[in-house]
Amino acid sequence: MTPENNNDRRQIVALNDVTKHFGSVVALGGVSAHINEGEFFSLLGPSGCGKTTLLRMIAGFEDPTSGSIEIDGKPMTGIPANRRPTNMVFQNYAIFPHLSVAENIAYGLRQKKLTKAELAREVDGALEMVDLAGYGGRASHALSGGQRQRVALARALVMKPKVVLLDEPLSALDKKLRDQMQLELRNLQRSIGITFVLVTHDQEEALIMSDRIAVMFDGQVAQLATPEELYRRPVNRQVASFIGVMNFLGAQMSEESETSITLDVAALGSVEIPKTSVPAGLTPSQISDVGVRPEMLTVLFDEAETAERVIEGQVEDTSYYGDMTYYNVVLPGLSTPVSISMRNTAGRSILQPGSKVRVGWATDAIVLFK
Amino acid sequence: MNTPGVRSGRFNWLAAYAIGYMVFLYAPVVLLPLFAFNNSTIVAFPLQGFTTKWFQTLWTTEALHSSVANSMIVAVSTAVISTILGACAARAGARYRFPFKKGIVGFIMLPLVLPEIIVAVALLVLLVQLGMGLSLWTVVIGHVLICMPFSVAVLNSAFQGLDVSLEEASFDLGESRWGTFRRITLPLVLPGVISSLLITFTISLDEFLIAFFLTGTDVTLPVYIWSQLRFPTKLPGVMALGTILLSATVLLLILAEMFRRRAAARQGKDNTPAGGLV
Repeated sequence: MTPENNNDRRQIVALNDVTKHFGSVVALGGVSAHINEGEFFSLLGPSGCGKTTLLRMIAGFEDPTSGSIEIDGKPMTGIPANRRPTNMVFQNYAIFPHLSVAENIAYGLRQKKLTKAELAREVDGALEMVDLAGYGGRASHALSGGQRQRVALARALVMKPKVVLLDEPLSALDKKLRDQMQLELRNLQRSIGITFVLVTHDQEEALIMSDRIAVMFDGQVAQLATPEELYRRPVNRQVASFIGVMNFLGAQMSEESETSITLDVAALGSVEIPKTSVPAGLTPSQISDVGVRPEMLTVLFDEAETAERVIEGQVEDTSYYGDMTYYNVVLPGLSTPVSISMRNTAGRSILQPGSKVRVGWATDAIVLFK
Repeated sequence: MNTPGVRSGRFNWLAAYAIGYMVFLYAPVVLLPLFAFNNSTIVAFPLQGFTTKWFQTLWTTEALHSSVANSMIVAVSTAVISTILGACAARAGARYRFPFKKGIVGFIMLPLVLPEIIVAVALLVLLVQLGMGLSLWTVVIGHVLICMPFSVAVLNSAFQGLDVSLEEASFDLGESRWGTFRRITLPLVLPGVISSLLITFTISLDEFLIAFFLTGTDVTLPVYIWSQLRFPTKLPGVMALGTILLSATVLLLILAEMFRRRAAARQGKDNTPAGGLV
């Protein structure tokens, strides 16, 4: 550790080319990333992408095969989980069944040699933080799923760790409770300012809660960005289709000038894009696909309605979501229909399959891919 | 209400079989206290009158006392050793993957089906070859061998039911490996440990063959009882001894079950007796 790095207080976890092999299986193939102090950081990816392995290595349950992990400027090689400034909220919460709620929360405080009164104050404070004031005496097996989640969180927070690690903490809850807990967790994290590292396979959850997200596939970080950047500017087709829905259209560069490129896009026709919109690391001649999000396409219900560009199509089928309707629209020259999402605003009826529609779009909605 | 299996107006063969079975199984046990209090040296009906003198003779028989003490030493040692070894084996089986795991577990469980007399003779030959003098400790070695499978079987279910993440959570919260074992693992497998102690204690206490072959000059209780059966006048005394042992065993099992239920209730687990062997 060089002393200069100690001045950089913003960086709390550093992953330096971390790899993990289980026998001949490569779980992680060289991950480098920084997690900043006080941020809500998510590791997002499908199951088997290595995100849980990475989290368990930060916690100290697994050792990297190569590479190193630093927490708060200190190398963690050889330091076991019980001596790391991290605490984990387990997927199944791992509430100790033979201990009461208060005993669960006080479990880790025993090493800190507090007086009885200090201990009680810490436990009460932690319970209040997670909205469970007065639950200390309860038997832990008498708790609901949401309450268990809160106890697990309180048990980690009471240790005042540098980093709280959360392993899919909401996956065991039902949808409604999950939505509520997402906001609560995020608000709690913002108010106490401790770094949270969340592992999830739920892209919506990651987008709602995180400051930054590392999207992982096959043991590699495919993209590390803010939720908005990730959604609007995914770096490749894999990320684009994992985060939300993306319509892909074949494309090819037809012209290149000083300031812009012109693409010949299937169904949409010729599109001129300023060079400033071409992501770094993408040579214009490599472009083979463009992507458009469903909400960036508009079904023009009214003859009077117009858009920057308009194209004719035909509704193949619809999916009704209550607040939204998704239209699958066949565009001329495309084998697969494009997906278009429309809000079901007042007075707007839902089009029947087979209807001819005008589809509006704008050139700045287009994302470029290799 | 139509209860399945109970049909009115017809003779219930299944119930008759069940009752007959119970009588066959437990009638001899009931006879034990009956003759223990019978005022006659001849164990036969009709009963001759009530007496407690057989119990009083037990009180004054020195050889009996030393055999009880010997049996206690052997049974307690066997219970503790085989439960510790069984816990290690059960935990390894539940947690770790290693080569030849199935074969190793198989070998641990094998004494369950090995004829005890073969084990006893083989051990005797081996111990003599090794030049070890026969003593209570050679009996303990033999008893640990045959008790291990029971211990492993009971503790296996306890360790299988223990969630790995509980131990990880404890370790993550700053507790040491030993502290984790003491504060999390042990309390959670304790009902299994107690079951194992009781079962192995009981098996060792009444085991005859191995004790007979491997003991030196100190005899255990079953060997003492067997030696007494050569004298017909001692029979009622044996009956009295049996009565005491029977009462003690029943009491022990009731205590064990009470403890297990309380532990299960505290953890909010399903309160069915299937969880333990007793």
